[in-house]
Amino acid sequence: MSLTWLWTDIMIWGLVIALAIWGRVISQSPQVKKQWVQVFASKVAMVSAIVLVFYVLIALLDSLHFILDDASGTHSLLDLLLVHLAQNAERTYSAPFALVEYNRSMQVLESGEVVMQQLPLMHVNGEVSIALHSLWSWLASSAMTAVLVAGHLIWRAKHHRQPLFSYASQVWRGETVLPWKTAYFAVWLVLGVLVWFYWLSHHYHVLGTDKVGGDVLYESLKSIRTGVLIGVLTTLVMLPVALLLGISAGLFKGWVDDVIQYLYTTLNSIPGVLLIAAAVLMMQVLMSNHPEWFATTEERADVRLLFLVLILGMTSWTGLCRLLRAETLKISQVEYVTSARAFGVSRMRIIGRHILPNVMHIVLIAVVLDFSGLVLAEAVLSYVGVGVDPTMHSWGNMINQARLEMAREPMVWWSLLAAFLFMFVLVLAANLFSDRVQWVLNPKSHK
Amino acid sequence: MKSKMQTSQTVLEVRNLQVKVGETSLIKGIDFEIKGGEIFALVGESGSGKSLTSLAIMRLLPEALQVSGGEIHLNGRALFPLPEFEMQRVRGRQVAMIFQEPMTSLNPVMKVGEQVAEVLRVHLNLDRKAARNRVVELFEEVGIPEATSRYDWYPHQLSGGQKQRVMIAMALACEPDLLIADEPTTALDVTIQAQVLELLKQLRAKRGLSILFITHDMGVVNEMADRIAVMQHGKIVEQAEKNAFFAHPQHPYTQKLLADAVPKGARKFEQPNAPLLQVADLKVHFPIKKGLFQRTVGYVKAVDGVTLSIPKGQTLALVGESGSGKSTIGQAILKLVDATAGQVALLQNGDESIDLTKLNERHMRPLRKKVQVIFQDPFSALNPRMTVCDIIREGMTSLKVGPQDRAEQEKRIESLLEQVGLAAEHKHRYPHEFSGGQRQRIGIARALAVEPELIICDEPTSALDVSVRAQVLALLEELQQTYQMSYLFITHDLSIIPGIAHQVAVMQQGKIVEQGRVDEVMQRPQHPYTQKLLNSAPKLVKQMLTA
Repeated sequence: MSLTWLWTDIMIWGLVIALAIWGRVISQSPQVKKQWVQVFASKVAMVSAIVLVFYVLIALLDSLHFILDDASGTHSLLDLLLVHLAQNAERTYSAPFALVEYNRSMQVLESGEVVMQQLPLMHVNGEVSIALHSLWSWLASSAMTAVLVAGHLIWRAKHHRQPLFSYASQVWRGETVLPWKTAYFAVWLVLGVLVWFYWLSHHYHVLGTDKVGGDVLYESLKSIRTGVLIGVLTTLVMLPVALLLGISAGLFKGWVDDVIQYLYTTLNSIPGVLLIAAAVLMMQVLMSNHPEWFATTEERADVRLLFLVLILGMTSWTGLCRLLRAETLKISQVEYVTSARAFGVSRMRIIGRHILPNVMHIVLIAVVLDFSGLVLAEAVLSYVGVGVDPTMHSWGNMINQARLEMAREPMVWWSLLAAFLFMFVLVLAANLFSDRVQWVLNPKSHK
Repeated sequence: MKSKMQTSQTVLEVRNLQVKVGETSLIKGIDFEIKGGEIFALVGESGSGKSLTSLAIMRLLPEALQVSGGEIHLNGRALFPLPEFEMQRVRGRQVAMIFQEPMTSLNPVMKVGEQVAEVLRVHLNLDRKAARNRVVELFEEVGIPEATSRYDWYPHQLSGGQKQRVMIAMALACEPDLLIADEPTTALDVTIQAQVLELLKQLRAKRGLSILFITHDMGVVNEMADRIAVMQHGKIVEQAEKNAFFAHPQHPYTQKLLADAVPKGARKFEQPNAPLLQVADLKVHFPIKKGLFQRTVGYVKAVDGVTLSIPKGQTLALVGESGSGKSTIGQAILKLVDATAGQVALLQNGDESIDLTKLNERHMRPLRKKVQVIFQDPFSALNPRMTVCDIIREGMTSLKVGPQDRAEQEKRIESLLEQVGLAAEHKHRYPHEFSGGQRQRIGIARALAVEPELIICDEPTSALDVSVRAQVLALLEELQQTYQMSYLFITHDLSIIPGIAHQVAVMQQGKIVEQGRVDEVMQRPQHPYTQKLLNSAPKLVKQMLTA
């Protein structure tokens, strides 16, 4: 068994490390620390952050890839945890917690009679009581939460140099700066749901199975990585371009402004889907002409995802760029910028200290809106057939499939619902959290 | 036209009016009444509740605020119990309002005549033609020349004063009994202010109109009002007839307002010192570019051949109306705009002179610490995302002035804050936590941090209340005496000049028309424009200037 790194793995772990370093750097400054404490002082932000952390953890678990010795291809850490789900594929559709298949199929009995009947599922153990095992899973998740909470309490109490018991009672009465009680309940809830899913998935298909019998829970969990990656990495590609070009256009004016404006006007006037489709099709041709570039199908799917991220990034910076240009034009005329120029402050420092912080609210709002938009764009592109690789798990592919399933009679609703719920929780948490961040970082908002 | 018969009748009666937001009282029970044909001035500093009072009369208070007590009668009819649709008839027909900012009160994409005609059509049901004729009459009445053709003009084609006349015409369209004028001349230049005030007086005499005149400017009050009420913290502290009010102000706050209206400051009769900065034949022309290829089709001559010299350790006041190019001179000295021609010579120890216009940014940098600037608007002059400490530190770090070690810098910042009258522990706060006057002090501390020899003060007091203005001027004066700094004091406000300046230069359309010692220019103005400017000043200021 050996570790292998896909391109997107490298990028996302790089991002995590960069964020960790940034976190360490800003924790040196008391004011910035105070601001972030203020962010988390809101219960909504605390809960949203915990939900986001779980999403990111799953995405990270799914971004550590191994090549197993049995030559069965590349697997992530998450695959190893969910190996029972990946392997226990059924024949076709089955509803959540069903014991039999969803459709009747023709069956020749021993007597030679031909009947239509719903076949029993192969990997379901109907004798297991759902209620009893729910209780077990609840106890397990409570125990896990208790361990985590105890660990956290001991750490905080030590940090505040207080006896454990008095600190715990403070937390319980909600007298700490941060709403730890809410946080503990949120962890309990999220862990409860996850453990329940995981526990029962050993005996049932908790969210049903899809057309080819794949477990929908497994697909939804695997899709988290794709969603988070497309949202985060595309923003990462888009942001520097939008920031650099938008602020330069607004600050330097003249011919720089003209060139940048022509660039984004041209780019904007080409229909986005068309441009992406053309680029992805070219890429596909290139990749099919060079099968020797890719050792495994995972690698191939990964490069396609990376390429999709790049092309989405290259087409989606124009909106933010235009907003930033307008805002920079406005700010560069404001007197504090004039004053900085009178102090001989260099252009780069003016951008860094005066313009960037004052356009940050626009960036933050645009990034979050884009994040949700990008997760949805992935679905649209998969529909056209130019999205992520069809072998890759993604909410877009699931929704795309559901288009046909919804038209069936009786309707197959669970894969759409699963994709919707997973996407909804992620986008909602991201929106609520950034709302709070934006509120705290904007000094004008709290008087 | 209304008859003048109702002059002695009470038009508006306000009894024990109280306005609250949440639990906080903003207006704490005020009483006054306005008679027919009377100009009643409500005076106070920002935040005293005078504009809220006018909004309460119109029943146009923002949703968060509520009237918690009292009553208002208009022509004997109580306004608060009226249903909204009846109140709409009262607005415009019986009470009309004009605002401070004529630029934003008119719809920029609608012809000015149409905007007034709309009011007539809605309230008086006049047809298109009758409305047009009536508007032309109104335009003639408020003194808009060529009224027939101006009907079809758009707001941007009119000057500020003319826009305010259009607003007045609109307010008068339905012949209201009461006109509420909320700081109607604050955004206007003195000469135009004088014309608008004159117009309002004429209208009062002709129509028997009552005016509720809201202002912070004692000079204007003295010119206009019959009776005066002074508001402070949501209360009327003094109410009196004009003559009694100015002769014997009773309340200490009123006395202070009157004292600050024309800042005292010692008169300066010293001869000018040796010059620190000499501007010779400075021209700043901005190209007007048009067309696809941005060809230059002409120039705006913002500064057109200005020569002046700023003496060491003394103050040169640069007076002019908006658009005269006075701020551009300041920016050209700071090299924030490029000079088209001419010299800006900074004289250094002895007679060595450096022409700033010839320097590139790199050579200019070491000299930037010698010339600094303070701005007009204390709200936009400080970066809202930086702490006070970082704001003041910026220049020290960038220009390498004073200690470069952070702890040492903080000590210096603390002492600077104390020097400008703030507390040292304010350094970690953000600008929005301060009032306008305090922010202006931070701006001064920021300029002081690099130990400049010349500070360009670009209207530093015109956004401040009079009492705060007096404090800031006193601070500038004290700093000048301590550090022997020179000021180029750019202003449109004549009243502050004698208190602060040694020399004065009067600017009109990019040129300096007159300059000399303050007392000479003020008492014996030579140029017709200077004479006009002085004549336009309110009496209160004029007395003081020529005394």
